[in-house]
Amino acid sequence: MNKDIVIQTSDLTKRYAETLAIDHISFEVKEGEVFGFLGPNGAGKTTTIRMLTGFSKPTDGKAFILGFDINSQIVQIKKHIGVVPEISNLYDELSAIDNLIFMSQLYGVPSFERKKRAQDLLKTFRLYERKDSLYRTFSRGMKRTLTIAAALIHNPKILFLDEPTVGLDVVAARSLRNLISNLRQQGITIFLTTHYLEEADLLCDRVAILVKGKILVIDTPSSLKVKTDTKSLEEAFMKITGLKPEILAIEKGK
Amino acid sequence: MWRDNLRGIFYIALKDIKTYYLKPPAISWGIVFPITWILAFYLRNPGDFKELVPGLIAMTILFSTTAAEAVVINFELRLGSLERLLLAPISIAAVLLGKVLGGVVFGFLMSIIVTIVSVIVLNLQPNIVYLILIILPSLFVFSSLGALLCVIVKEVFEAQTLLNFPRFLMVFLSGVVYPISKMPKVLQYFSYVLPLTYTVEGLRFSFSGGSCKIIFLYTLILIIFFFLFILPAVASLGKKFR
Repeated sequence: MNKDIVIQTSDLTKRYAETLAIDHISFEVKEGEVFGFLGPNGAGKTTTIRMLTGFSKPTDGKAFILGFDINSQIVQIKKHIGVVPEISNLYDELSAIDNLIFMSQLYGVPSFERKKRAQDLLKTFRLYERKDSLYRTFSRGMKRTLTIAAALIHNPKILFLDEPTVGLDVVAARSLRNLISNLRQQGITIFLTTHYLEEADLLCDRVAILVKGKILVIDTPSSLKVKTDTKSLEEAFMKITGLKPEILAIEKGK
Repeated sequence: MWRDNLRGIFYIALKDIKTYYLKPPAISWGIVFPITWILAFYLRNPGDFKELVPGLIAMTILFSTTAAEAVVINFELRLGSLERLLLAPISIAAVLLGKVLGGVVFGFLMSIIVTIVSVIVLNLQPNIVYLILIILPSLFVFSSLGALLCVIVKEVFEAQTLLNFPRFLMVFLSGVVYPISKMPKVLQYFSYVLPLTYTVEGLRFSFSGGSCKIIFLYTLILIIFFFLFILPAVASLGKKFR
């Protein structure tokens, strides 16, 4: 495996009974890039993330993260990745700082570094003023931000973000996008799933378009626009997938 | 790997104790309920209260270890925070053992309080080694039984309902308040497939004196019960994330 490649899948497949959720997908993600995994609801984006992060065993195919096999070396992989699931899932009963310290304990961050790292992340993410507030008292956007901070507590090399801005208001979503851009500047590889195509256009170096478990194309947003002779990634997406704009509009509203 | 898992077990247990167990509902269910129950039986049939002490300690172990498991497992499964634990570099078994250990530590604290108060107030002279040999494995048995019943259902209310069935069955059939020797023969046989029977009998031996061979046998039986509960619990939790 090329040392610049941090995620590599080959014919990765997931089948649930009669449903083929992921159909022999192969792709590579380079170190330091923001890789967008785009597709309508039910395309298989979350299923792919769940396989890559050890929550779901592939039915077939292979995948390597930082050279570790997802089928046999998932614990080593988990030490180097951060995952932000679609639903923010920290502890309601713990304060912001206690949530981060608890995560640092689980990841084996040395005890003398835990508090400082948690405080630094809270400052970076502009949550320091609320460090002692219970997680349950946070707004949806703040919960999302803290969930990302929790995923970064062990300094992961790769961050998986599953629909990070779903359900956020315009201001919170914009703030979160800026945050993702900053993470990219710090050299963290980001694997981002989204069906907000403007977001992908703004953030991603390359995107893969996934429909019904199959990757239709992998390219840079600008190249996709040129090849499809369109002005936005959304239009390019429509042309490539053959989806009607109304369907995408409905999904955005979800 | 084993160090990661041990660390995970410790911190999950610590977090659960702080977050869920040291709260009024768990304390009342874990200690107030067994005391009230035993007092009610005593008032109905006044006699030697010392006879009820093994049953009181056994009930405290049973109810305190399982007091918050529906919350620590099912509530967290529903919120997705249990999944968050599985993102850490630890095994599914370590996550569940962390949950079990939380119940064990809370149960230990509650049962020690009840034991010490009983010993002082009633001037009892237990065999401390026997007590430890019975109480410790019992804590793991009932906490893992609670974990098993919680992981096989989805909702908190389902888990609570399911937990109550073996809890009350054991209270009535394991010699907590009614001697096994006075039960019909069929129920006597049945009582020996219930782990609480070995806890109650073992505690009785600890207070009244008895062969160490029997205590060792009961300890071994309780350890076997622990594995009978924890292994399918880990397998069942693993299935939820496959």
